[in-house]
Amino acid sequence: MNRDKALLAYVSRLGDNALILGQRMVELVAAYPELEEELANANFALDFIGQARMFYTYAAELEGKDRDEDDFAFLRDENEFRNFLLIEQPNGHFGDSVTKLVLFESFYLLLLEALGHCSDERVVAIAMRAEKEIRYHLRHNTQWLVRLGDGTDESHERVQASVDSLWQFTGEMFAPDDVDNVFEAEFGGPDLFSIREAWEANIAIVLADATLAMPGDQWMASGGKQGRHTEHLGYMIAEMQYLQRTHPGANW
Amino acid sequence: MVTIQISREQVLDWLSEVPDPEIPVLTITDLGILRGVTVNEEVVVELTPTYSGCPATEVIEQSVIDVLHKHGVENVSVKRVLSPAWTTDWISAEGRNKLREYGIAPPAEGASKRELLHGKHSIACPRCDSLNTAVVSEFGSTACKASYKCTDCLEPFEYFKCI
Repeated sequence: MNRDKALLAYVSRLGDNALILGQRMVELVAAYPELEEELANANFALDFIGQARMFYTYAAELEGKDRDEDDFAFLRDENEFRNFLLIEQPNGHFGDSVTKLVLFESFYLLLLEALGHCSDERVVAIAMRAEKEIRYHLRHNTQWLVRLGDGTDESHERVQASVDSLWQFTGEMFAPDDVDNVFEAEFGGPDLFSIREAWEANIAIVLADATLAMPGDQWMASGGKQGRHTEHLGYMIAEMQYLQRTHPGANW
Repeated sequence: MVTIQISREQVLDWLSEVPDPEIPVLTITDLGILRGVTVNEEVVVELTPTYSGCPATEVIEQSVIDVLHKHGVENVSVKRVLSPAWTTDWISAEGRNKLREYGIAPPAEGASKRELLHGKHSIACPRCDSLNTAVVSEFGSTACKASYKCTDCLEPFEYFKCI
């Protein structure tokens, strides 16, 4: 894989993670039982969608095929999305959503910090903008994970089950493929091995605070980064893309 | 078409009329999102977004174009710059006073200090200046605000989050 292709794939993948997670959170808008969490979720979703727009706009420019951010979001098929499997998992209950966010955002924050030192100026600019937002999210979501884990017997049991069931999707985040390797070598991109070490250390502290057990080594699901998704993504994309597929070019 | 020679100062002056649509007491100059103006055959205005997903970004860009058109400047383009990322430290002293008078507690200064993000500082009530205030919600009516209340005068108020 050459340098240009790796950059395009890398940037578009960052957009995919941000968009798919943002869209998942949009599904919960107006579903929270409490106003503070309702606002938090909507604000977080907006940050992710804003980040997706910046990554996709850049990807479209790199690609140079006269496509724009909307084409990337609404006119690509399931196997063209390269987001992590973790991101596309259904929302489940509140503990599932919080756990998913903490597992992903703990990784994403480290990744964005590392991207802030890469050699592509535009990626640096977007990463440094996004990093501030994710830091704020993570503080909030971590507090919730601790509150649920160290809460009642029932909340503890249910959120431990969330950690146990989502854990299998975390390995993929740290498994470098061609795109990661070329981006690291050519653009001074993140070293996923050291990010993994830092992530494990941070997650161990959060789980200990939450009185939750950290799952041990186990089989890890993968494929999202190559476009092989779980059954959940297709349904979500079908709903998200419905309007543009049915009425191409519709706008307001 | 008649070409009128306009100065950069004149353009800056006109742009200081453009309000933030979500907090209309603030102008884009107060907010610190106006990053540059170049006047040649074309007037290029550089703006930076506050948050990635701020829905006001497009509205503000259009307002900039509209205000310059209103003053007879036809050839205008708006450039979105991302780097360096906007910080609440760029809100001017005048902007901070306007926020306080409007009932929104201005952000603490020194946003680059990470500990501020962890909320380990007191926010003064914009009504009675008491430091006995409490967070009601880390989030508010827009992405840039959190909700607080004063435990002395009991006023609920918004705090412009420090980033």
